[in-house]
Amino acid sequence: METLIDIVLLGFLVLTALAVAKMHDLFAVVMLSGIYSLLSASLFLDLDAVDVAFTEASVGAGISTLLMLASLKLVGRFEKRTRYRPMLALGVVLATGTLLIYGTLDMPHFGSAEAPVHQHVAPRYLNDSMEEVGVPNVVTSVLASYRGYDTLGETLVVFTAAIGVISLLRVSRRTKEEEKQKTPADMQQQIILRVVVKWLLPLILIFALYVQFHGDYGPGGGFQAGVIFAAGIILYTMLFGLNNASRVFQPEHLERIAALGVLLYAGVGIGCMVLGGNFLDYNGLSHDPVHGQHLGILLVELGVGLTVASVMITIFFKFTWRTVKHKYVKKR
Amino acid sequence: MEAITTLIIAKYNYWAVILLIVIGLYAMIAKKNLVKKIIGMNIFQTAIILFYVSIGAKRGATLPIIVHAHGDAAHAIHAADYINPLPHVLMLTAIVVSVATLGVALALAMKIYFHYGTLEEDEIQKKIMDREPDKVATSGEHL
Repeated sequence: METLIDIVLLGFLVLTALAVAKMHDLFAVVMLSGIYSLLSASLFLDLDAVDVAFTEASVGAGISTLLMLASLKLVGRFEKRTRYRPMLALGVVLATGTLLIYGTLDMPHFGSAEAPVHQHVAPRYLNDSMEEVGVPNVVTSVLASYRGYDTLGETLVVFTAAIGVISLLRVSRRTKEEEKQKTPADMQQQIILRVVVKWLLPLILIFALYVQFHGDYGPGGGFQAGVIFAAGIILYTMLFGLNNASRVFQPEHLERIAALGVLLYAGVGIGCMVLGGNFLDYNGLSHDPVHGQHLGILLVELGVGLTVASVMITIFFKFTWRTVKHKYVKKR
Repeated sequence: MEAITTLIIAKYNYWAVILLIVIGLYAMIAKKNLVKKIIGMNIFQTAIILFYVSIGAKRGATLPIIVHAHGDAAHAIHAADYINPLPHVLMLTAIVVSVATLGVALALAMKIYFHYGTLEEDEIQKKIMDREPDKVATSGEHL
C-alpha cells in the first residue's frame, strides 16, 4: 500500500514539475510550485520522514510560495514566449539524466536494510541516543547534539541570507512615512478573513510554541517552530497591513533577535567550553550528563527558533515594503 | 523479465527523482525568465532532498522516534526497527536554508528587474551590450 501511494505521489510530482516547466503564466507556475511542495511533503511523510515533511509543508508550501507571489507583484506575471528550440540544453540535460540513471544501477536497492548508509553512524545514533542524550526523537538529538556544529552553520547561513535581503532591498524613510499616513489597509474589506485570522492567530502562535518545545518528543523543533511562528505573523501582516505589524515587530528589533538566536546557539557552545567540555558538548552543563544534554538542546533549539522566525519575518517585511515603495515610486 | 521487474521495484524511486532533477535542470538552463530559473532551481532542490530521504528509507522500519522511551515499559532498542535519522537531519536544515536563499535569489531578481526593466535573460544581455559596448568588446565575452 505504501509503495502504491509512493508511486502515485511521484507521478503527480513529475506531472507538476513538467507543468511548471511548460507554462508561461508565472502566477500559475508559482501556485503549481506550492502544490509541488505540498506533494513532496506528503511523499516525505510516506517515506516516514516526519520532521522533513513538517518542514517542507510549512516552508515550501507556505513561505516560499508567498515570497514568489510578492516578487511577481513587482516583476510582472507573464514570461515572454520564445520560439527558440533549446536543443543544446535538452541534450545536456538528457545526457546528465542518462549518466545519473547509469549511476543508480550500482546503488543499493530502495529500502534495503543492508545499504551502506545504514551501517556507519546511524545504528549508533539509534541505539545509544536514549542513553547518551535521552531524547526520544532521534532526529532532534542528532540535529541539536551529535551534529550540533553542523546546525550552527545552517543557522548562520539563514542569518546571512537575512543580511543579504536586508542590504539588497532598502526602503527609504519617505516611503514609510507615506505609508503611515494612509489609513485604510488594502484588505479592510475582507471582514470574514479578518475575523477568522483574529481567532486563528493565537492558535497558530501557540502551536508554534508547542512545536518548539515538544520537538524532543515528537516531530518538530526550532526550524519548524520558527517558520510556523513567522507564518502566523505574516498572515496577520497581510490582512492588517504593514503599519500594524511593524508596530509590534519593529525591524530593528527583529534584526537584533535574529542575531541573538545565533549568539545564543554559539554562546551555549562557548559555555560548554568554559565548563570544561568541548564546543557544544552539553554533558558538562549540569551534574547529570543527560540532564545537561536536555538543557543544551532546549537552549540551542530556542536559538534556532528565534533566528529562523525573525529572519522569515524580516525577509517578508522587506519584500512587502519593496512592493509598497514601488506603488509610491510609480505615483511620484 | 523478472530481473527487470526487480530492477524497477528496486530503483523506481531514484529514477523518479532523477526525472525531477532533469526537469529542474532543464528549466534552469533553457528558460530565459529569471523567476522561472529560480523555480527550476527549487524543483531541483526538492528532488535532491527527496533523493536523500529515499536513501534513508528502510523496509520494515518505522519513523526514528523511539517508542516506549521512558518509564517501566522501556525496552531494548534495535536499530533495525527505525529508519536512518541522519538524512532527515541534513535535509530538514537544507529546506529552511533553501527558503532563505530563495529570498536572496528573488531579491536579486527584483534588483535586476528595476535596473534593466525586464527579467528575460536575452533582453538583459542586449541591454548590457547597448550600455557598455566597448567593455563587452574588449573582454570578448557576454557578461
